Amino acid sequence: MLKNRMKQYTPVAILAAAILLIQLITLISGTGYLLTQLTMSAWYVLAAVGLCMVMGYAGQISMGQAGFFAIGGYTTAVLSTIDFTDRLSGGLPRLLDSMHMLITRETIYGDTMTYLTPWASLIAAILIAAAAALIVGIPVLKLKGHYLAMATMGFGIIINRVVLGTKAFGEADGITNVPPFKVLPFFEVSGDFNIRIGNYYFAWLIVIIAMVLLINLINSRSGRALKALHGSEEAADAMGVNTARTKVIIFMIGAVFAAAAGFFMTHYNGGIGPSESSVVKSVRYVSIVAVGGMANIWGTLMMGMVLNFLSLRGVFGHFDDAVFGIILVLIMMFMPDGFIRKAVFYDIRNFVNRKIIKRGDK
Amino acid sequence: MTFDQVLQYIFSGITVGSIYAFVAIGYNIIYNTTGIINFAQGEFVMLGGMIAYTFSGFMALLPSVIIAVLLTAAVGGVIENVFIRRMRRTSVLGMIVITVGLSILIREFSLYIWDEQIRALPFFTGSEISSVEIIGARISPQVLWVLAVTAVLTVALYIFLKFTLTGQAMRACSENPKAALLCGIRTDRMISLSFMVSAGIGALGGCVVSPLTQTHYAMGSDLAVKGFTVAILGGLGNPLSAVAAGLLLGLIESFSISVLPMAYKDVISILILLIILVAKPSGLFGSRAAAALKDY
Repeated sequence: MLKNRMKQYTPVAILAAAILLIQLITLISGTGYLLTQLTMSAWYVLAAVGLCMVMGYAGQISMGQAGFFAIGGYTTAVLSTIDFTDRLSGGLPRLLDSMHMLITRETIYGDTMTYLTPWASLIAAILIAAAAALIVGIPVLKLKGHYLAMATMGFGIIINRVVLGTKAFGEADGITNVPPFKVLPFFEVSGDFNIRIGNYYFAWLIVIIAMVLLINLINSRSGRALKALHGSEEAADAMGVNTARTKVIIFMIGAVFAAAAGFFMTHYNGGIGPSESSVVKSVRYVSIVAVGGMANIWGTLMMGMVLNFLSLRGVFGHFDDAVFGIILVLIMMFMPDGFIRKAVFYDIRNFVNRKIIKRGDK
Repeated sequence: MTFDQVLQYIFSGITVGSIYAFVAIGYNIIYNTTGIINFAQGEFVMLGGMIAYTFSGFMALLPSVIIAVLLTAAVGGVIENVFIRRMRRTSVLGMIVITVGLSILIREFSLYIWDEQIRALPFFTGSEISSVEIIGARISPQVLWVLAVTAVLTVALYIFLKFTLTGQAMRACSENPKAALLCGIRTDRMISLSFMVSAGIGALGGCVVSPLTQTHYAMGSDLAVKGFTVAILGGLGNPLSAVAAGLLLGLIESFSISVLPMAYKDVISILILLIILVAKPSGLFGSRAAAALKDY
């Protein structure tokens, strides 16, 4: 029992080792600038594994993941760019100040700025995303197949249009000059080159924590309920699984992951734009989950890391979005179980066992 | 709001509504024969407008529209033959994913060919500034073209499905594919045909409204969602009631602009989609009992 428990964390250890190794390689080869894209990939991976739970494990297609990402990003972008400097005498700012929720900082122009601590906007981002997922999820998750896909895509488009059409969200320009997020007295999430390595480790640490949480969820009673739900909703229902509730909860978890990713990405980049909420972005998350093998959080993580890194480095050039379209089509035609399947690992292990270990016996 | 303004809104609503109807008819034709919702339906409208624009550079308008319709129909046929046919046994989830992937591909391919510029076909008669006066409202003659083409298409589709042998075979496939096969109908041909017809109809719609609403490589996904809203409003599987639903949604959108900021007009129609999906997925004109038998 204990051995099994430990075994499920082996991939976590491998991931941690890989993260360390990648940093060492960039250090030795003098390519530290790559860590910026690797950090950003980590935030996108966080949103993708959230979707993986919804799509792969619960079997509910969601084409609105970018909408939740944008909810997280825009919430903090709006809240932490309100300048309280001239309004400190007001009732609300004084209340916030007495709760130590205001931070004063010098801007790049030399002015002082007093703003709400991003810790508050992190909580707000998560709560708003969870509430949105609850309100949208309860009615929409009753739908299946095409209807569910269209409805979630519709949700994504609504977020995109609201962001594009509202002055408070910066319309087509988005919101810039978002202050850094001071996590610890000596560490902040920001695009500052001097703390690039720290940010890289912080981002992947959050991903690792998220993976540990998901592993526990998958291997729990609720996780088995999810699998039953994916197999056959009617059968799961008959076995006493509260399917409606399970679906909404997993949808909310996926939304919160995306919102957290959007939150960190916005502080890391110092801003957010409306393109983060576009349909194409949502499709990207879907294609990463599909190529990762649908019900496979590790496959999603791996493909999310590789594809986002390549895309952010500009390897795909003009065909950036097209690559994700091609991936979707090819995967569905030739490898509907995904590119990273468990079977691949078994095949490799069997191969190694047969060819190499047996030869050693002779 | 004066009477003139009301009329103005009505005409612009009918114009936009017609394009939604074109997309919705396309959805319905493919859905009827295959049970698939083709997420690339909006892209056919874009392709129609773009191809016709290119050809209108060196030939008259009518032949370039015809070429656009035929080429887009061919694209529809290729999509069915190369991708959809191999995917018969895939889950609904897989079907959604592949048509979404195809829509992204068509869109990026078009971006590569026609770049980011917004294009527009020339007006079929007159120009941007010419107008016709109807009961006090001044409207572009192109609006009349849109209405005429929508009306002719609706009647033609009705006659095709009701009275021609091919149309009847197509309807048989939608009723019961196995029984249709046993009756000697080549269902796979009917499926190819349905993709070609719906691509062609989308392209025709794209050409007719291009002078008024312009054509842009990224217009497809919005049209896909709105066309779907219309298809659901009219009851999925019923191409003719889609026309009525299209005009209705167009009118709602057009009048919403008079109250809300322009940027929110998409929000209104998508909210309608969400409400109708949850409250009455069988559509305004469909029966709940019949919808319960269908598999989405």
